[in-house]
Amino acid sequence: MDKMKLIEAMQLKTDVPTFSSGDTINVHVRVVEGDKERIQQFQGVVIARRGAGLNSTFTVRKISDGVGVERIFPLHSPRIAKIERVKEGKVRRSKLYYLRKLAAKQVTQKTSA
Amino acid sequence: MSGILGKKIGMTSIFDDNGQMIPCTVIEAGPCFVTQIKTKGTDGYDAVQLGFDEIKERLVNKPMKGHFKKGGVKPLRLISEFRNFNGTKLELGQEVRVDNFQQGDVVDVIGRSKGRGFQGVVKRHHFGGVGMTTHGQSDRVRAPGSIGASSYPSRVMKGRRMAGRMGGERVTVKNLMVLKVIAESNILIVKGSVPGAINSYLEIVKQS
Repeated sequence: MDKMKLIEAMQLKTDVPTFSSGDTINVHVRVVEGDKERIQQFQGVVIARRGAGLNSTFTVRKISDGVGVERIFPLHSPRIAKIERVKEGKVRRSKLYYLRKLAAKQVTQKTSA
Repeated sequence: MSGILGKKIGMTSIFDDNGQMIPCTVIEAGPCFVTQIKTKGTDGYDAVQLGFDEIKERLVNKPMKGHFKKGGVKPLRLISEFRNFNGTKLELGQEVRVDNFQQGDVVDVIGRSKGRGFQGVVKRHHFGGVGMTTHGQSDRVRAPGSIGASSYPSRVMKGRRMAGRMGGERVTVKNLMVLKVIAESNILIVKGSVPGAINSYLEIVKQS
């Protein structure tokens, strides 16, 4: 199995910042339009982190024009240029799926210290 | 055409140039050695015999020992023949390595599928089953249905698909893309899945 680990290790990023569920983060995503590449930002609350190694992903939720939007990113995706931790959250569970039912104001209440 | 023998190591995924995650199989391919070269004159057809996976000499019987000695190679566990090995001129005892393959090549992978044991028709032949669990019936959900007519022909036609042993057969998966070749550690990564369990042997064939 060593060779499998080698192949996965080749693709793992070493500069992944520490962040966890409840944190507000800003994800810089590389977007390709035609032959141009630009950076798009997606800022929201991390509501889940799952998986291990190359398969790990995280889910970011934000309210955009009154509509809840969630994106699931592979943690080691080369499309992610940068992850910024905007605000550290204080939550009591690792999966914050209950935030989907709450209003924006309650979300900030639930995730702040 | 060119080919190589290998061993399935496992499956994982790989990010491509677009950042897309692609499922892939990791194969330890080679180094193989040419154990025999068959020619039309002596054997009636042209072929190259490759061997893979070195083993201890005491595990090999006398006839095979002689065969390996003739080729000037160490005893090998797996031997397989490749026809129409025209593209490259190979000599007896020559090493065949994974660097014959390149990223973007399209290959066929041949292996022995996992044995499934005795299976019914629903799993083995994708039958739909017969009935429901209600309306007075309780045991027909995975049944094969009728297997033929009555007094004529008074027998079951040959080739009728029924329950039986499944898996453990030679299976070819065609047109898999080579995603990566790591020559120094003899690793070949192909897109998608290949037949067989981990550590089972594979033939990898490149047409063209």
